[in-house]
Amino acid sequence: MRCVVTIKNIAELLVCDILTCEEPDKEIHTACGSDMMSDVLAFVKDQAVLLTGLMNPQVIRTAEMMDIICIVFVRGKMPHESVIELAKDRGIAVLTTKHRMFEACGLLYSNGLGGGAGH
Amino acid sequence: MNGVSFNFTVPGDDFTRAGEASSAIKNKLKSMGIPPAVVRNVAIAVYEGEINMVIHAPGNGRPGGGIITITVEPEAITMVLEDKGRGIEDVDKAMQEGYTTAADEVRALGFGAGMGLPNMKNYSDEFAITSTVGVGTTVTMKIYLNK
Ligand SMILES: Nc1ncnc2c1ncn2[C@@H]1O[C@H](COP(=O)(O)OP(=O)(O)OP(=O)(O)O)[C@@H](O)[C@H]1O
Ligand SMILES: [Mg+2]
Repeated sequence: MRCVVTIKNIAELLVCDILTCEEPDKEIHTACGSDMMSDVLAFVKDQAVLLTGLMNPQVIRTAEMMDIICIVFVRGKMPHESVIELAKDRGIAVLTTKHRMFEACGLLYSNGLGGGAGH
Repeated sequence: MNGVSFNFTVPGDDFTRAGEASSAIKNKLKSMGIPPAVVRNVAIAVYEGEINMVIHAPGNGRPGGGIITITVEPEAITMVLEDKGRGIEDVDKAMQEGYTTAADEVRALGFGAGMGLPNMKNYSDEFAITSTVGVGTTVTMKIYLNK
């Protein structure tokens, strides 16, 4: 069953550290896991969470253009302070999880978050 | 043509700044009260183009970066992305999904899947690209406001 989850739910499910998050109760409708921003730009739908292992400012820029509201950095990676600041400035939540990409995506999927395909 | 135009300069030598112009454009259009769905489409199309101007245009003694001009009229938003970079040899090929000349260094930055130009075309209602090797590339896109 597909259902709506919030940023807070995601943080709990993936045991995340929250680096910046202004609206933890904001709803997430879809998820996407990718290190290729090209693919994110071509395929992601609305109100999404982006899981990625890529750490540069273009991750935040890509999220900004796509109206992605939450980014989860996988494998316990810690983004540079300036990257967190950029996200904060744009109102994008940034979380980190120790889980690897495959596990993190699996956890979200099995807890009801869809990939946004077929809409 | 009772529209308003804005110019944004894209520096071609600093990948970490790629996207700043698109961000400024997005904010500007938002503040003008353009519908969010249209702003999103413009932002995505322009961002793809801006990234291209930074990663592909420099080379063969040509500079990267360039100028983005946005014109807002009652019926449409027009985006013109102009660079004086190395140009594209075969534009038809460049327009194909999956065609890329990006090196592995570019892919390590999260780009270079050969999806950008087709994506820009998808997001716009009118799309044109002209390019001359050793002179530069101009992409013109239009997104209608009343669909
Ligand atoms: N402004 C430009 N100047 C010179 N060459 C360009 C320019 N824009 C695109 N190209 C050429 O066209 C190819 C296809 O561009 P496109 O944006 O579709 O894919 P990409 O940039 O390689 O990958 P992606 O956009 O998925 O990150 C590029 O690899 C490059 O060779
Ligand atoms: Mg591209």
